[in-house]
Amino acid sequence: MSNVTFTFDGQQYTGVSGESLASALLRNGVIHFTNSSYKDRPRGIMGLWVEESNALVNVDSGPGEPMKASTTIPIVEGLITRSTQGVGDLPDTRDNSRYDKSNRHVDVLVVGAGIAGLTATKKFAELGKSVILIDDQPTPGGHMRHLGTQVPAELMAVLELANVTYLPRTTVQGLYDQGYSVATQRRTDHLDANVHTEVSRIRTWHIRADHTVLATGAFQRHLVFANNDRPGIMLSHAAATYVSQGANPFKTAVVVTVDNQGYRDALRLHTAGVAVSAVVDIRETAGGASVEAVKDAGIRIVSGKTALDTAGTPTGLVSAVTIAKADGSEPESIDADLIAMSGGWTPIVHLATFIGIKPTWVPALAAFVVERNDVLTSTTGMLAGDFGGDDDAAVFFGPELTTEQALVAFVDFQRDATLRDFNRAIGAGMRSIEHVKRYTSIGTSHDQGKTSGTTTMGLIGQAIGKAPDEIGSLTFRPPYISIPFAALAGRDRGLLSDPIRTTPIHSWHESAKAPMEDVGQWKRPWFFPINGENMHAAVLRECAAVREGVGVMDASTLGKIDLRGKDVGKFLDMIYTNMFSTLKVGMSRYGLMCGIDGMVFDDGVTTRISENHWLMTTTTGGAAKVLDWLEEWLQTEWPDLEVYCTSVTEQIATVAIVGPKSRELMSRLAPDLDVSNEMFAFMENKYADVAGIPARVARISFSGELAYEINVPGSFGLHIWQAVMKQGTDLNITPYGTETMHVLRAEKGFVIVGQETDGTQTPQDLDMDWIVSKKKEDFIGKRSFSRADTAREGRHQLVGILTDDGSAVIPEGAYIVAGVDEKTAPPVKHIGYVTSSYDSAALGHSFALALVANGLARKGEKVAIPMADRVLTGVITDSVFVDKENTRRDG
Amino acid sequence: MLNIPCPYCGPRDETEFHYGAQAHVAYPESPKDLTDEQWAKFVFIKSNPKGWLAERWVHNSGCRRWFNVWRNTATHEFGPSYKPFTQQPKSPA
Repeated sequence: MSNVTFTFDGQQYTGVSGESLASALLRNGVIHFTNSSYKDRPRGIMGLWVEESNALVNVDSGPGEPMKASTTIPIVEGLITRSTQGVGDLPDTRDNSRYDKSNRHVDVLVVGAGIAGLTATKKFAELGKSVILIDDQPTPGGHMRHLGTQVPAELMAVLELANVTYLPRTTVQGLYDQGYSVATQRRTDHLDANVHTEVSRIRTWHIRADHTVLATGAFQRHLVFANNDRPGIMLSHAAATYVSQGANPFKTAVVVTVDNQGYRDALRLHTAGVAVSAVVDIRETAGGASVEAVKDAGIRIVSGKTALDTAGTPTGLVSAVTIAKADGSEPESIDADLIAMSGGWTPIVHLATFIGIKPTWVPALAAFVVERNDVLTSTTGMLAGDFGGDDDAAVFFGPELTTEQALVAFVDFQRDATLRDFNRAIGAGMRSIEHVKRYTSIGTSHDQGKTSGTTTMGLIGQAIGKAPDEIGSLTFRPPYISIPFAALAGRDRGLLSDPIRTTPIHSWHESAKAPMEDVGQWKRPWFFPINGENMHAAVLRECAAVREGVGVMDASTLGKIDLRGKDVGKFLDMIYTNMFSTLKVGMSRYGLMCGIDGMVFDDGVTTRISENHWLMTTTTGGAAKVLDWLEEWLQTEWPDLEVYCTSVTEQIATVAIVGPKSRELMSRLAPDLDVSNEMFAFMENKYADVAGIPARVARISFSGELAYEINVPGSFGLHIWQAVMKQGTDLNITPYGTETMHVLRAEKGFVIVGQETDGTQTPQDLDMDWIVSKKKEDFIGKRSFSRADTAREGRHQLVGILTDDGSAVIPEGAYIVAGVDEKTAPPVKHIGYVTSSYDSAALGHSFALALVANGLARKGEKVAIPMADRVLTGVITDSVFVDKENTRRDG
Repeated sequence: MLNIPCPYCGPRDETEFHYGAQAHVAYPESPKDLTDEQWAKFVFIKSNPKGWLAERWVHNSGCRRWFNVWRNTATHEFGPSYKPFTQQPKSPA
């Protein structure tokens, strides 16, 4: 034992190494710890461990942490803490501590290293099982630690066995289905006050156990009487433990009890030198060894009475207790600076209730217990109702109080929730714990009702004449105690929090200082500003370059799925709304996929590489979803089809050169390739060396312009891009990003799945009936097109919107209402909404795509778009704005 | 976190799987011959009893295989799992 120096509320103190902050402060005579959060009442340390609801601190040393129970903080040299008044504050510095995770599969998990948990560990270890023993205390023994009793050597020996892993200072935070649990291990806070970067501060354990033994023990409860919250009023087990270990600021005590634990603690107080004026027992008769021992020690025993009220010193510490019968009669005042309450034991049922077990009320113990012994879970020790002694308790939670007394009789200290609040809930008709909890906020604070839960249920029962288990059931939710988010994140912070996907050309985009757009996990260049342009200027310039000259875009992020097998064509005929089995080798075709409900789900271009080899492209964000979709049908409906699917998104880099001058550029890049429209037609694929690299070139266009998509193995992507930039210099080659791509496709009325669609649009709604095969017997979604709802009039359909003010760009998502004029009285009917909206270089004004009820039949109709500050007016148009005749795609 | 018995890989954590609702609901032989009611029942209505249900799951962060498994929707207990198009084991009920 050595002394350590620490700071609390700006003052230095010395405590004994290994003890808790709460213990050290009591040792230094700090009884008034803080004031309560709402009513500003003086409060002191009440408990021994995580049940503490008054004495919370902010830790300012090391990594810092808010709202920690002082009873759980081991004091170390240099520890700096501040009392909190119910609310903590997060450190404003970055926590550089290391956090990590560990996974473990074991035969048996034992939670709690008290005598019961150690005994269970011994039993399973001797059967040859692998056992992980988790305990939230620093040393084994449970309550025996507090009592200063030696743990039997045969039980201590199990900790050394090869098949036993013992984790002290570790809290099981959650227990879930099939023996899965999550625990947090505090690995450095007890060593010193430093930030550790060489070893993890908290390790989060993910454990799967074939069997879980819950030996979680119990907390003591308080009693509800007037002014039961003054500093110096404590749980008797906590008070006796601190005092026995020399942390003793008290002189005279009164023990108020409902069970024999009060007598045991009275003896410990007495032995430690506190004068115990009386043990006040609500029971009329009590017996057992501890009662006899109290009598032998000459301590006064008052039967059939309990605490009714207390008096305080000018600074608010308790100075006397009024004891009386439960109805308040026969009051008597006794002076004391310590009131030790023993309101009965509350077994720690949290983990059991996490997996849906309902605790059982045992009136003789005045406790909810969990007796369980099945394949997955068993309970033992106090949790299972084994209180190990002469343990009959009175089912009693507090005396009858006047309204004035009830106003200062606290049920939940941390929430400052009183018996008066509670009585109002009952008066308002609440009967269930779930309702009373929400009405009063009892049990919703930092301690999550560890001490107040059973008390609340008992009080409801007492108020309406029912047993606590007739009120409802105790339910708790993980985590058992608060955890820093950093501990749950582990190493998955910053760059490691989510994968970042970049194309082989990404470094070029970065050096061009292109702002990036997140598309799923992909980083895509948004636009390429020149000379400090803003986005609007850059996009107008990029769009004009593509429509008049030549642009280049990195299309490598498009999802790509390699399909092989003799039945791919037949399969694609079911997957896409249009026909694919007739596609000739070397040709590409655009396709639309629907769900079985007939709603558009993804789109893309699929190419027939050879007779039995196809390459499908998907939307950038939809690649994984589409691959899953294909596999689902192949595996669960059509296993006889010979089709093999492989994701090749990362394997292929795609550089698209787009615009009327792209033919010239293509011929420079691939001198051996005949790029004439006659020899290389729209939707055709050709193989050629491009800048010296064997490539597949496709005449595919997502802008309406003449375009070539150059596909090469991923590692050659940057080489091709650089060659394009070099060969295109005198053509004013213009790199463009996702924003320009979006504008160009919208000008052509091409939809983006996920922008023009939200899972409720059929191809017909998108004015794409042309892509729905009338010849095919069946395909996924076909039958749904004739359902009453999909075939009805009035569905939202894709149209264009032109605003009368061509400089106004409508915000995407804006509502459209039918023509508003002075004759139209509100409320006006909303008929649709804007899905895409841009300014257009080609048109010289803004335009928008929108989904409008019955829109295809309403072209030419005037509409209004109400904004926050004005009402825009416009007209419904066709959804194609540029090159309706498709003359530009062939150059 | 469920512990799901993949018939190909053995028991694995739930996070490796995606759910596929009630098993043994085959795509209709000839959808065009179904009434709207029959088709809507196939598309939208799935069984969700309290108790044992044969369900489809896909081990998409593992072997990427679809399979069927009995699961008790009330207790989350798993019964036997089995590959598609194989004999369905009896309900554990």
